This record gives sequence, structure tokens and C-alpha cells, in this order.
Amino acid sequence: MAASLNGGSKVAGIVARAQALFDDLSFTTAREWKAASPERKVIGYMPIYVPRELIHAAGMLPLGVVGGGDSLEVIHGDAYYQSYICRIPRSTIELGVSGRLDFVDGMLFPSICDVIRNLSGMWKMMFPHVYVRYFDVPQNYKDEIGGNYYIQELVELKEALAELRGKPITDDELRHSIAVYNENRRLVRDLYAFRAQKPWQTPASEIYLLMRAGLVLPVEEHTVMLRDYLAAVAVEERPRRDNCRVVLTGVFCEQPPLNLIKSLELAGCYVVDDDLQLVTRWLTSDCPVEGDPLRNLALAFLHHSESTAAKYEPDLAEKGQHLVRAVKRTNAEGVIFACPSFCDPALLDRPMLQHVLKAANIPFIAFKYAENSGQMQPIREQAGTFADSIKLWSAA
Amino acid sequence: MSTVITTPKAAPKQVSKDDSMVKQKEMMAGHFDRLTDSPQTGKKVCNTFVPGNLNELIMCFDLLNNLPEVNAIQSGLRRQSGAYVLEAEKIGHSEDVCTYVKSDIGMMAKGNIGPNGKRMPDPDVLLLSYTGCFTFMKWFELLREQYKCETIMLHTPYMGDGKITPNMIQYMVKQLKEEVIPKLERVSGVKFDIDRLREYLKKSVKAEDDLVKVLQSAKTKPSPIDAYFGGIYYIGPMFGAFRGTQDAIDYYSFLRAEVEERIAKGLGPVTPDGDMGKEKYRLVVEGPPNYTNFRQFWKMFYDEGAVVVASSYTKVGGVYDLGFRHDPDNPLETLAEYCLGVYTNRNLPQRIDMLANYINEYEADGLLINSIKSCNSFSAGQLLIMREVEKRTGKPAAFVESDLVDPRYFSAANIKNRLESYFQMVEQKRAGAAAAA
Repeated sequence: MAASLNGGSKVAGIVARAQALFDDLSFTTAREWKAASPERKVIGYMPIYVPRELIHAAGMLPLGVVGGGDSLEVIHGDAYYQSYICRIPRSTIELGVSGRLDFVDGMLFPSICDVIRNLSGMWKMMFPHVYVRYFDVPQNYKDEIGGNYYIQELVELKEALAELRGKPITDDELRHSIAVYNENRRLVRDLYAFRAQKPWQTPASEIYLLMRAGLVLPVEEHTVMLRDYLAAVAVEERPRRDNCRVVLTGVFCEQPPLNLIKSLELAGCYVVDDDLQLVTRWLTSDCPVEGDPLRNLALAFLHHSESTAAKYEPDLAEKGQHLVRAVKRTNAEGVIFACPSFCDPALLDRPMLQHVLKAANIPFIAFKYAENSGQMQPIREQAGTFADSIKLWSAA
Repeated sequence: MSTVITTPKAAPKQVSKDDSMVKQKEMMAGHFDRLTDSPQTGKKVCNTFVPGNLNELIMCFDLLNNLPEVNAIQSGLRRQSGAYVLEAEKIGHSEDVCTYVKSDIGMMAKGNIGPNGKRMPDPDVLLLSYTGCFTFMKWFELLREQYKCETIMLHTPYMGDGKITPNMIQYMVKQLKEEVIPKLERVSGVKFDIDRLREYLKKSVKAEDDLVKVLQSAKTKPSPIDAYFGGIYYIGPMFGAFRGTQDAIDYYSFLRAEVEERIAKGLGPVTPDGDMGKEKYRLVVEGPPNYTNFRQFWKMFYDEGAVVVASSYTKVGGVYDLGFRHDPDNPLETLAEYCLGVYTNRNLPQRIDMLANYINEYEADGLLINSIKSCNSFSAGQLLIMREVEKRTGKPAAFVESDLVDPRYFSAANIKNRLESYFQMVEQKRAGAAAAA
């Protein structure tokens, strides 16, 4: 779609490549990367965050697995879950049992919710030849308490990956990987900042596809893609519409269909910030390269990482302020809560965040979706009405 | 003019209770009175959760232990939770999320009246024992927003690899020493005394020993107890505000004697309709019960002669039957180990092992899963659990669905049909086995 809109431009070419990666549920690029050398291994991970630097330092490819989207027919996966459980675990199981992940040597299941947590145990049983780890992170943010715990968790993961590759991971390898990911995160931040300034130049659907590409490509290749896109999109003229500016939140785990993101823009909303693919910018500033790399990663997690529903906020006054700051930073005019059905973290957090927004006089709307939602008309109508009402208020 | 025909109301049916149940109810009622009287007595209140309930530690600070899950259960049993859940949904909580949370929030919105008809106290501190359930974290963030009181996070790492590592213990002990205890001292004004904690822990061990004897009495045929429906009464004091007290020691000693007497007489469990009669089916049950129709649900079992001989739900507050005991010699480490080991903090393979072992050890006819709509901690993965336990034991398994305290998700006819089909399946298995022998 984006490619056809932009004809044969450089932007269109980059977006077409990202779209092809997005559409490929067999992960051909990652398979080809692995096939290029017999010692190569691929480690899958689910939302929200894993320290990809460790996987990279082991010479392995981190592969983001975020469900099957709306084009995967779930046949086996539904047999593992009751109707009242979200869709991402069932489509992820589908990817597994259908052989689409048969080249993956390990899977990491981060601490995000009880469903993903329990999926880690299921994966252990269903795919016993695969290295499986539930990746826990601290909910205590003091260096000597949560920090020490987390460092030891990183040590365990590092040792397990070293065992998989057959030799230890050195500190220098880790430092190099931290530098590589720092560069990638800087470009992601640049891209988000550019979009906040000129959202008409960078449609949300394109940014989304670029971030999704970051889940399957080697990071170095993704960095080049981001740099090329930023350079190309800055010089391409695109029509500026009379859209309102919104922050999209709640979409950090099960993915909304691409059509949903497009529908928001078609309904008159420029998405100027979001919590999609948080792993690509989880650390909010550069992680120091010098010194003890695991300690640096741990401290970055404790003190310089994104706020989201899966993290405990120890300070009541700070609860939800990340959203208010996002609105101010991006000059947004409202917030759209889009939460997956049956998503405990997003749906339990939502009322608290809405209270904070209300106190800050920031308008919002809310709806639910599933990764395979097909009907966009109700969402388009709701978002359109929201956009219209914002414009009316702004004019008053 | 219309004629109104009225029928005389039938006298309420007498519900049978054994003496231990009467005693347990008195204990629980006394605790609710202590809570609702706290504004007058000046006692401070600590809200916390059943899994990871550090009652011995809480008592060291003269705090009263208030468990929101238990309040939601009480609301469910009294048929009040439906209105509370609706109230919470009216004020913006999703229909998809945990109904314990919504019952609690709705109860607050409607005046926070406890089971004794008096207003429940506002907590002085929220001890967020984040153990085995992600929702707990959000629940206490929601309560903190309401009460704006001190909130203490105690993060229990999940046993993803099925083992407790030294790193986990150190992390938890450090949280206890540097976060939990100093904050509880500050809120309560009571200095922490580790010897006082040791004394409470010694008392816990005595009660834990007797609880295990009671739970394992179900290995006898016929089983003298129902380890799910009856078991919920048995675990009440241990999982609630009594572990570490003389009251708990007395209760479990009394209960054990009562159960041993039933074994000696060859009796089965006491049900609300009296003695159960002939034991026809022995089941292991996974998952919490439904509380809005608790007796109706139980009746579907005992009417068929089905007794639950072991259940996972009665292990959410500790796996004493697997050998865990609080250790007074290592008071903080033992609290950490306790939190880490509770059933919902165990990974899926461990849960499967436990259920399959129960079926073998208790000579059960099969596994029944009551899958709870709003409890992902229990429910996600249960279909795999069912298939795996069936495969390992060769015993049939069945699956029913309901909810904790939301009456909209209890369909009596559906559950009854499923259970009847299941019992037929057990009969067929037996017939098949007999024919093959």
C-alpha cells in the first residue's frame, strides 16, 4: 500500500522491504541468516523486553516473536487456550507447532503477564529440544537489591547462551554489542522525534513496519534501514492533512492489525507516539559501554527504561506521568487506549492512566482489539469522532 | 383487579456442619470483627494477599492482616459480588479482567461493608506480596490510588525453571531486610524483633504438621474429607490471619482429631446435606472453585458420590504436603522460600508433576479442571495440563468453566452435564480395565 502510494521512491522501496518482512510468517530472512553459517543460532523472544545485546554478543540472531497477526490461520493454537485468553499465545503456539519456528534454537519469555509466563512452561514441554527461559526482571529498582538480582539473572542468561554456542561470551563482545544497540536505539529515537515533528511525512503504518523489521533483521542491517529511511523521508514531499495528533497506548504486547493503525490515520489521527515494539527503545538513553557490561545493562534497566503496565511504579505521584510527558513532548492532543481483549496488564492499568489523563485535562478514547480483528469501521468511526471533537475543542 | 397468590415460604434447610467447621467460622468471624472494630481499638491494618501471605511477620508489628481475596470470596458466598463487579465495570474496569479485583473495587464503591455488616477499615499499609499472580501488582496499584497509603512491594521471582536459586532467596531476603521490615516498622511504630518472628514460626510448624495430616487423610478409602470444597474451610486459618498463632495450633489439632475419628469409623466427608454416603468416585481437582454458587457446585459432586481427594487450589497458600515447613532457625530465608514455593508460582511442568502424582498417590479416578474465566495465572495452560496428566496417568480428565465471584459465568446446567458425562467416562474406563484384567 505504502509502496504504491509513493511510486518508485526510495522511501517506497524501504517500506516495501519492511512490509515483505512483516508478511513473511516463515521468517525466511532469519532462516537465511542462520543457514549462512553452521555455527549460527537464533534466539526468539516475546514482548516486552529482553537484553538483545547478550544474544548478539553470543553471535546469535535475536528474533522477535509477536504472534501471528491477522493473516495466520490458527488451527492448532486454539486447542491450547480457552476462549477468554488473549490471542497472542495461541497464534505463537500455532507458529511453533506448524514448524514456522523450527529453526529457532532458544525462546525467551519475558516477565509481562501470567499468560506469557505460563507459555514458557508450555514451550518447555512442547519443544523440549529448544532452550527455553522465563526471563524475570526486578520490580525493585534499588541498585543493591533489584540491581544485584538482575545482574545475576543476566549472568545466568549469558552462561546459558555461552553453553549453546560452545564458548564463553567475553566482556569485550558484550561492550561491542551494547555499542551496536546504542546506535540502533539512537536512530529509533530520532525517527520517533522526527515523526512527532512531522507526522504527515512518516505515517504510523510505515514506522510500525520499520520497527517490526527490527525484530527479524540483524541489528546492523536494521540500523542501515532506519538511517536510509530517515534520510529519504526528510526530502520526500508528502501531503499534510488536517489531522489531530494522538498518542497510541496499550499496544505493547499483542499487536494490532496493520489495518487498525492505518484506520486511525484515515480517521484523522496522526499517531505521534506509541508503545509498539518497546524492545526497540526500551532503554531510553545510551547504555554506557565502558566498565562492567552486565552492571551497565542492569542499571540502565533500573533507571533509564520505559514505563509500562508490566512494571511496578513505586511512586504514586509518578504513576501514569510517562503518558502525560509523552503527550507534552510530542504536542499530542489526545490519547487512544487500544488494548488487546483479555490483556490483564493493559486493561488493569487503563483506569489508573485515564484518571491521570483526566487530571491533566487530556482527552482520550478507548477500545479493544485482537490481532486478527477484521472489522475496522467501528474503530474508524470512534477515532474519527474523537479527532473531530478534538478539533472542535481546539477551535473553541 | 388481579389476585396475588402467595405460597408459604419453606423453612430454610438445615445445613450440616462438622464441629471443626463451626469452630473455623467462629475464628473467621472473630477476625472480621477485629478488622471492623480497628478504628475503635486503634489497631493498624495491613492488606496483603494469600499467596505470599507473611502473617508471622505482619504480627511482629501488631498489625491486623486483611486479605482482599478473602473479602471477595465472602462477597461471592453471600451473593453480593455480582453487584460489586457490575459497579466496578460501571466506573471503568474492563469486563475482561479479574473479578476478585472488581468485587473488591465495587465493594469499596458501595461503602466497603464486610461480611459482618460493618464497614471494613481503610488499610494503613498495603503489603504487595507479588507472588504467583501478575494481577496482584495492578490490584494494589489500584488500591494505593484509592487509599493513598504506604505500599510495600515484595517481589517474588517466578520459578520458571522449576527451582529456587540462591539468587532468588538473596533478592527476597534483601527486600525483606531493607524494604519491607523498615517500612512496616515506620507504619506500625513497632520495632522488629526477630525472636518474636521465630516464636510465631515455631507455632506455624505445629499447625502445618496437622494440616498436612488432614489433607493426606484423603488417601484413606473412603476419604474422610473432601479436599477441595471441604478443603477450602480447612485452609482458611492457615492461609489467612491465623498462621503462627495458638488459635491455629488448636484448630488444626481439633480438626485432625475429628478427621481421625471419621477414619476410625469409616466415614466419608460431611457435606452441607450431611454425610456423603457411599464414595463412588475419587477425583483430583485443578483450579479455584466458583464461590457464587459454591454449595450448588459441591452438590453436583456429592450427589453423584464424588469426593475430591486432592486439589491444587488448596496449595495456593503453601505446599506443605510437599514437605515445606517454616524454619524458625532461618526466619527471613524461610519466608522467602515459602513465597517462592506456592502453587501458582510454580511452572507448568511442576504443576503437571504435582497433579499426576496426586492422582497416583491418592488413587484417584481422574482429574477435573475448573477453569476460571478471570484467572489467567491458573487458567492459561490448563488444556495442556489436562492432556499431559491424562497421558501420564492413563486416567480420564474433564474440563468445566466458571468464574470466581462473577455469577454471570456460572452455568449450572452446562457444568452438571459435563460432570455427568465425566462420571460415565470414569465408569467406562473402569469397565474397560475390569474386562482387560
